[in-house]
Amino acid sequence: MERLRHAFADRAVIAKRNVIKIKRVPEVLVFVLISPIMFVLLFAYVFGGSIDIVGGSYREFLIGGIFAQTVIFGATFTGAGLADDMQKGIINRFRSLPMSRAAVVFGRTASDVVYNVLSLVIMAVSGFIVGWRINNGLGDALLGFGLLLLFAYAFSWIMAYVGLLVPSVEVINNAAFMVIFPLTFVANTFVPAENLPTVLRTFAEWNPVSAVTQAARELFGNIPAITPEPDVWPLENAALYTLIWVGIIIAVFAPLSVRRYRKAVAKT
Amino acid sequence: MAPIIEASGLVKTYGEVVALDGLDLEVPEATVLALLGPNGAGKTTAVSILTTLVEPDSGAATIAGADVFAEPDEVRKRIGLSGQFAAVDEHLTGFENLDMIGRLFRLGRTRSRARAHELLEQFDLAFAANRPVKTYSGGMRRRLDLAGALVGETPVLFLDEPTTGLDPRSRTELWGVIRDLVAGGTTLLLTTQYLEEADRLADDIVVIDNGREIAHGTADELKSMVGGERIEVTLMSTDTIEHARSVLEQFAVGDLWTDERTRTVVVPISGGPPVLTQALRALDAGNVQIRDVGLRRPTLDDVFLSLTGHVAEQEERSGDESNETLEEAR
Repeated sequence: MERLRHAFADRAVIAKRNVIKIKRVPEVLVFVLISPIMFVLLFAYVFGGSIDIVGGSYREFLIGGIFAQTVIFGATFTGAGLADDMQKGIINRFRSLPMSRAAVVFGRTASDVVYNVLSLVIMAVSGFIVGWRINNGLGDALLGFGLLLLFAYAFSWIMAYVGLLVPSVEVINNAAFMVIFPLTFVANTFVPAENLPTVLRTFAEWNPVSAVTQAARELFGNIPAITPEPDVWPLENAALYTLIWVGIIIAVFAPLSVRRYRKAVAKT
Repeated sequence: MAPIIEASGLVKTYGEVVALDGLDLEVPEATVLALLGPNGAGKTTAVSILTTLVEPDSGAATIAGADVFAEPDEVRKRIGLSGQFAAVDEHLTGFENLDMIGRLFRLGRTRSRARAHELLEQFDLAFAANRPVKTYSGGMRRRLDLAGALVGETPVLFLDEPTTGLDPRSRTELWGVIRDLVAGGTTLLLTTQYLEEADRLADDIVVIDNGREIAHGTADELKSMVGGERIEVTLMSTDTIEHARSVLEQFAVGDLWTDERTRTVVVPISGGPPVLTQALRALDAGNVQIRDVGLRRPTLDDVFLSLTGHVAEQEERSGDESNETLEEAR
């Protein structure tokens, strides 16, 4: 019990340190937060004219997808932060202290929740400006944001692992994009999944990114009444399916990352 | 009494490179052991192993009764470490860095803050307490890193080349801090390439080269290994070196040696100042013009030179040991 309390205290200390860092180097944050705005504008105005959503507006449809995409891109921040830490002298200090060995990794994923909240706020505002609306009431909308945050937290763990695998922080973007692009594009994020060729369509239907997008759209009330109900289980039960994935990802990648961290620090 | 730091048969290889080749160490409570050696001798590897950062290929070690390999967490509670890697966070302020270490040492909020302020004061960093570390000079970072090692008020301290990169005033001050700590009961293992530092601070000195102990003793014992006193004469002109040699030969108790570059003749003698006076008279009578002359007792530099065949300072240019070892490790 004592041990667990200490472990959480250590994570809080590390998370606080990371948040201070965000405050001290706001340039990084500004840069990363601008990309979702860019995506909103690009898709809304460049593709918006060519993609039709029967019975609704593409922009309303789009924002749910961009929410999902933003939190996934944002997870790269976690990987980059860890990869950066591993190259710094401070890691040697952490290693010689009687602190919890997992705190550096847990503290990082925790502090990135702050970052994800910020990016969701920015997204919501820019979405609102281009015409996205919350149509289902505040309660559902909050559930929607909560689900996106949970998904973001889980995805942070994947990127934490990637960040610990790469030899240097420069590699992380390329490594991350190899995972991120197929996941975010072969989904219902930017276009309705039913328009995809069969193989891609099956992938898209079972892709957790589609599920979180679908769930967000439902909770924000962005699905036109005329759209037929999805006929595959993951999209019929989008929120549940998302939560299952959140559980699986954390259960797999949290222990992997912690183990990887221990190995990495023991090696040098 | 059992030694506080005890290590035996430490071996560590990085691929082909043998960093440590069977090192034994023993440090009794409230004493200072200096690990002396050139870059690449294995000093940093030894410290890294004893501070749980690196696992050796073989060997055993205990710190204040805790087994370094079986119970690393117990060891970490007992040690403070300052390495060559300036283990501070650039983006945090000096205060935040120390406060964070205090919290991770589980000192609690109030105590961590108080300790951070105390140490900033002690290391002349109070004026920069609220500035991010990236605005600090190299010497300031070094001092903050050292302060970081003292946050936990641990019974055992490891300082890896603590004064490298410090100006002479900070160095003298740090020596003062170290003496106070040891007087208060702290046990210290110190690595250094500065022989003067080992001479001033250490109760016991282990000289290592190529991962192996090559000499062990107090500063005085090591000095007596290379013999007694000697006269050093610096000449006005290189041309007179041979002449000076022949004049001084009669006073030598061993082989004398010369250095053309510095125009110096070194004569091992016994008999002290009277012999120096005679030697000066002989030089004067032989019309040898001298620039400087002195009676010297051996320094640890001489010990080093005679033991390893190279001078410590020359090695400094060859690069940073910690970086090399870390690179090798990857």
